[in-house]
Amino acid sequence: MNTGNSGNMRRPDGAALVIAAILAGIAVVIFWQTSLMRVPPVQQRVGPTVFPYVVATGLVFLAIGTAVSAFRNGFPARSKDDFRPIVWIVGGLVAQILLLSTAGFSIATGVLFGFTAKGFGRGPLWKTIPAGAVFAFIVWFIFAKGLQLSLPTGVLERLLTTGSFQ
Amino acid sequence: MSTFDLLAQGLIAALQWQNLLYALIGVTLGTAVGVLPGIGPALTVALLLPVTYKLDPAGSLIMFAGIYYGGMYGGSTTSILLNTPGESASIVTALEGNKMARQGRGGPALATAAIGSFIAGLLATIGLAFIAPWVVRFALSFGPADYFALMVLAFVTVSAAFGDSALRGLTALFIGLGLGLIGIDLQTGQTRLAFGIPDLLDGIEVTTLAVALFAIGETLKTSSDPAQINTQFTAIKGSVWMTLEDWRRSWASWLRGTVIGFPIGAMPAGGADVASFLSYSAEKSFSKKPEEFGHGAIEGVAGPEAANNASAAGTLVPLLTLGLPTTATAAIMLAGFQQFGLQPGPLLFTNNAPLVWALIASLLVANLMLLVLNLPLIGVWVRLLTIPKPWLYGGILVFATLGTLGANGAMSTGFGPVRISFELVLLLAFGVLGYILRRFDYPIAPVVVGLILGPMAEQQLRRALAISQGDVGILLASPVSMVLYAAAAAAIIIPLIMRLRGKGAVLGQLASDED
Repeated sequence: MNTGNSGNMRRPDGAALVIAAILAGIAVVIFWQTSLMRVPPVQQRVGPTVFPYVVATGLVFLAIGTAVSAFRNGFPARSKDDFRPIVWIVGGLVAQILLLSTAGFSIATGVLFGFTAKGFGRGPLWKTIPAGAVFAFIVWFIFAKGLQLSLPTGVLERLLTTGSFQ
Repeated sequence: MSTFDLLAQGLIAALQWQNLLYALIGVTLGTAVGVLPGIGPALTVALLLPVTYKLDPAGSLIMFAGIYYGGMYGGSTTSILLNTPGESASIVTALEGNKMARQGRGGPALATAAIGSFIAGLLATIGLAFIAPWVVRFALSFGPADYFALMVLAFVTVSAAFGDSALRGLTALFIGLGLGLIGIDLQTGQTRLAFGIPDLLDGIEVTTLAVALFAIGETLKTSSDPAQINTQFTAIKGSVWMTLEDWRRSWASWLRGTVIGFPIGAMPAGGADVASFLSYSAEKSFSKKPEEFGHGAIEGVAGPEAANNASAAGTLVPLLTLGLPTTATAAIMLAGFQQFGLQPGPLLFTNNAPLVWALIASLLVANLMLLVLNLPLIGVWVRLLTIPKPWLYGGILVFATLGTLGANGAMSTGFGPVRISFELVLLLAFGVLGYILRRFDYPIAPVVVGLILGPMAEQQLRRALAISQGDVGILLASPVSMVLYAAAAAAIIIPLIMRLRGKGAVLGQLASDED
């Protein structure tokens, strides 16, 4: 995987630098939030702030290490990822989150299923979403009715289990 | 009571029909998820935690252990037939196993993997039964400082010995430790890093993090990576049975794999992947026909497959006796124990002896079930590999969100009539994190282990410092802790040397990162 590295040996790995910056940012947030805590004098020595400071310090060192690694091209070569499927799948998850309370588990999860299938190149949505909703309903029925798992109920679930819309 | 008596009583409990049923469900699910690329035992146990909340503790734990063992069996099938390892411990199996499959010797490769796994699982489970009481006796004398040292050792072995870079392993660990800080501090009741969000007061759920990193992260990576979207499936041709020659070449490798794998899992000196790598290089140097390596040498399948199963059994030693998880699956199994109000550790063996011994004995039963499931029924499992990816991953996401909602489905935030499950938002956020970790070659297991073990380590650290009234010297005061810190230092240094030497030989195509 080292092939092709020789050409851009002197160019730092930009994405790795971003990761270093994020790690440093998380460390700063932990330092800042922990310093805001008001600790009673009794707990000053071994109180709840010790471990956060240790973790934040560790993150600072790791951020430095990551930055050094970025400059030395220490990260393995990355594949050329196609981001379109990711947009579909993340979109499906967001749609499910937004639809759950109003449309219920089966329909919301059907949308997630359809969008995921679309991300993997299978369509069309007007076929995969209903298929997903049927699958999600079967799963909902087994887990909510059979195993008493508390899952959000919507129009479809009520209609199919009680026969009414209410 | 002697170990034999305890084990015999455990066997009687394990042979009750309910427990047999749980074990059967566990090994069947485990094999299935081991075979399917993209989902592994850690994710499956995490998804099942909310479902088993109301079930019998012993039965559920037997099922989880069955999933763990089954995953190790199933992973080899994918490695051999698909050349895409089902889980990290089967990477080496793919090296020789897939070559054998392409030469039409897929059957014997699968057979030697299954029989090797059986022998290793059997011997290692017996090893677990005999070593565990000894470790427990030793662990009862541990103070908080010793436990802290033990957890530091676990942190190091999980993060620095895994994968190919200590820097990335430790970064993953510290992300987990950072997530572990969130929520109310148990000792003082102070809120840390909750940013005023009520849902964060209870901290981050291990299951949510694990499901997100493993299911969502893996789905995002697989969908976007052009190298993973088309994989070639090699059908089994020719005889499934091993020839006399195959048996002659395999048996010593099985035993060597067991001897290498069990201590590595038990000590804890790394995970099953480390064990299988070491076994592979050992087989290469022991083999009478080293020239066959790289072209389908059966020893290269027999040894590592035995090693990864022995290591899985070995992992249960620190988990049960010390409450110390050293792999992602073990970390989630620990969460499973806690869900039932059980705390693994030396006291578990005195307070819940029947449960522990039923669990250990059921591993022997599960192992036998797995041999039956994997040898004659191999064709059934192979068919799982033909599920089209869109349906497979769509289904994985359905179950991932279902499990998360089942564990914590409160629609606590939102705007207007639209209520939002905060847990699902976390699931999405950690899923994206999981994708980023994969993309940049960060290991996943240390994040999960850090989240669950971080708060435990903090508790022991503060307990130790409270006893010594703030004197840090107590951390190094006992011989036990000094030995453990020395082992932790060795766990950083030895893999460094191995990475420079052995790994270059084993996996020459992977770049080494000396950071």
